[in-house]
Amino acid sequence: MSVARFWRKQQNRYNLIGTHCTTCGKYFYPPRAFCPDCRRDGKIVDHQFKGTGKVVTYSIIRSSSGDFKLLTPYVLAIIELDEGSRLTTHLICDIDKVKIGMPVKRVFRKLGEEGSSGAIHYGTKFVPA
Amino acid sequence: MREVAVIGVGCTKFGEKWESSFRNLFVEAGALALEDANISGEQIDEIFVGNMSAGRFVEQEHIGALIADYAGLATNNIPATRVEAACASGGLSFKQAYTAVASGMSDIVVAAGVEKMTDVGTEVTTDVLAAAADREWEGIAGVTFPGLYAMIATDYMNRYGLTREQLAQVAVKNHENGAKNPNAQFRKPITLDTVLNSTLVADPLRLFDCSPVTDGAAAVILAPLERAREFTDTPVKVLGCGQASSSIALHDRKDICTLDATVAAGNRAFQMAGVERKDIGFVEVHDCFTIAEICAIEDLGFCKKGEAGKLTEDGQTAIGGKIPINPSGGLKACGHPVGATGVKQVYETVKQLRGDAKGRQIDTEIGMTHNVGGTGATVVCHIFGRV
Amino acid sequence: MVGIISYGAYIPRYRIKVEEIARVWGANGTEISRGLGVYEKALPDMDEDTITISVEAARAAMARRKIDPVEIGAIYVGSESHPYAVKPSAVTVGEAIGATPVMTAADYEFACKAGTAAIQTSMGLVKSDMVTYSVAIGADVAQGEPGDALEYTAAAGGAAMIIGNKDPIAEINHTCSFTTDTPDFWRRENKPYPRHGGRFTGEPAYFKHVIGASKMMLEKMGTKPSDYNYAVFHQPNGKFPVQAASMLGFTKDQLKAGLAVTYLGNTYSGASMVGLSAVLDVAKPGERIFMTSYGSGSGSDSFDLTVTDVIDSDVFDRNAAPTVSALLADKKLVDYAVYAKHKGKVVMME
Repeated sequence: MSVARFWRKQQNRYNLIGTHCTTCGKYFYPPRAFCPDCRRDGKIVDHQFKGTGKVVTYSIIRSSSGDFKLLTPYVLAIIELDEGSRLTTHLICDIDKVKIGMPVKRVFRKLGEEGSSGAIHYGTKFVPA
Repeated sequence: MREVAVIGVGCTKFGEKWESSFRNLFVEAGALALEDANISGEQIDEIFVGNMSAGRFVEQEHIGALIADYAGLATNNIPATRVEAACASGGLSFKQAYTAVASGMSDIVVAAGVEKMTDVGTEVTTDVLAAAADREWEGIAGVTFPGLYAMIATDYMNRYGLTREQLAQVAVKNHENGAKNPNAQFRKPITLDTVLNSTLVADPLRLFDCSPVTDGAAAVILAPLERAREFTDTPVKVLGCGQASSSIALHDRKDICTLDATVAAGNRAFQMAGVERKDIGFVEVHDCFTIAEICAIEDLGFCKKGEAGKLTEDGQTAIGGKIPINPSGGLKACGHPVGATGVKQVYETVKQLRGDAKGRQIDTEIGMTHNVGGTGATVVCHIFGRV
Repeated sequence: MVGIISYGAYIPRYRIKVEEIARVWGANGTEISRGLGVYEKALPDMDEDTITISVEAARAAMARRKIDPVEIGAIYVGSESHPYAVKPSAVTVGEAIGATPVMTAADYEFACKAGTAAIQTSMGLVKSDMVTYSVAIGADVAQGEPGDALEYTAAAGGAAMIIGNKDPIAEINHTCSFTTDTPDFWRRENKPYPRHGGRFTGEPAYFKHVIGASKMMLEKMGTKPSDYNYAVFHQPNGKFPVQAASMLGFTKDQLKAGLAVTYLGNTYSGASMVGLSAVLDVAKPGERIFMTSYGSGSGSDSFDLTVTDVIDSDVFDRNAAPTVSALLADKKLVDYAVYAKHKGKVVMME
């Protein structure tokens, strides 16, 4: 991911800043600038998520693309945050420990890098709570 | 709207085609379709070509013009348009062609699909395919397509008690069918043990739960039904067409196990065709992974949620069963050149309805196709009938 | 009075036994462990580095006390392993705790004492009323060349201290430093591993500076070792701090709480800071802490602290972040091959 493209979402990725529709009360992480339910009637404001949630579903990735090769085997999971929004994450966890419904919390990790001389991308991942 | 028929079909053999370039694949499939329809290039009004990612697989964009050029049709300045919806590019190419003919805008239209996947290494392929998911919010987490469908499978198995064996039976059945398809990448029957003992790719999915990386192209020719008999004695009519979108990311689905775009696209196609589920003789579904076939059977309404595993285990989805699924061998055995798959499904359906599917023939009047982009963000369904 | 407003430590989960490293080099692991007084060391996960460790430590500190991040006016990260040669680690920490943009920041390097140098800078800014709070971090994913003596101890971890003068949990009564040009250990630009002077790192380097700074402190404060409840010294291994303590007249009991190195290893810029965190994990109001860091090159920073009532008050919640002993207890042992992969010693083609 290019420098500008990553930087643009840096605050979201570092601090789980998503959005909140004050019209219908829904929370969005990943952030949405437009409420899919209220559409133009929706009023969207930034919202910092607490960073706790639970595992909705998961898989263990044994074969990845090149960027993630050193992490294999790793747990890929869909997490439901306490505020109700869902996201996909690398769940840092022993591969035999992951369970549906398992409580998780956020941690700060490297998400990737543009090669050994390029920019390093940091952001949020999850660990068992 | 005019009624539309398919008057000719062509398909390359699917597989690792080291000798064939991207443009050769298309030209080969196009020539076969033209020959089948018994028409010449000058008669073509318009071309649509489904392609997911020539930009990354062969570093080529501007596919419409390239195809027209190398098919020898640029000299006639025939309009050519590339259609992209990830793995549903082929199905959508067909839909665009159908719309062009139905609207009266064009008469003789080619709907093609092509993908050349083996010019890059496996890790690059994995990354290119991952671009069908949400790059910003799924890709960055390290998703792979097997991984995304594996998350569907984990949720599904947990909620509905689908067994590993039932899932494996999808692959066994599709290999059985593929063995009878001369264009299929894999023409060897396999056993449950083959699937169950294959390498884990993304738990619970194993290598034999996954469709392979494939080169290939398919092309079909559409014409107004009223003119179809000028070209062929066995035109196949497009009865219904349905397309639907859903969230790009799997995590935003209301129900992880339900591809709601499949439900919507299927319903739209059925409504337009005015036929019932029981009227359908077979379906070519998008089995990029075994779990995808299980979900497709249910989401298209052929059984209730949670029952497709049993249906498969009981042999009801095999040729001769209650609702044969993927007589071509599906993506699993035929191979999955992503942009071509949707058109290959139409190719197989037309072959079946014409009675040309030797060794895997199903005796029916009506068949259906189901083509999925990503984890179900785009779904295109078509229903076809004998005339 | 200026002091520590909050603190937090972070140690990655992975550990390797010193014996396992010795096995690879055909050395006697039992002897080496005993000789060094180090049995295990922490190593980073594949996606951890000095910045992620710094952020986790800073967030742990923020979790223990309600601080408006906007009031943080400065962040300094001391490390020998900043992920970027040019581009500050401190800005990522600032962004990750919500302290940007009205703040100053910089990365520090002074071998193993860059973290305590950051505390001193922070004290200066707070005492001069330039900032309300300043965050001082010492963190490393310490480098040690394969087969070198350093490899047995070079570890990953770090700690963050939020410095301020409004109701600190520990007042910093005084700080002083002892600094010379002593080439006992260095890493040249573009080189992956440091080099060191072997036994030269002891007497003319570690001991001269640690003893020098510590004696200055005792003299200045008019105190004797028995006036302190705890003593923390830079801990490159389990032996040096014990020796330094006894040379100064501190007892093993005073050292115990802050001696984290035995099952952690040497976290370089994090070492004395993690030791101080371990003391703050258990210290009671009124208790007095003596700390002297050491950074090769060389220098020592000495600190005299007194724990206040605030540490047990409602405004501070020690349990809101894991203690050093809890962090050490949550571990996963790996073999040398996995360690090599985690430390980037397995070179992949790009």
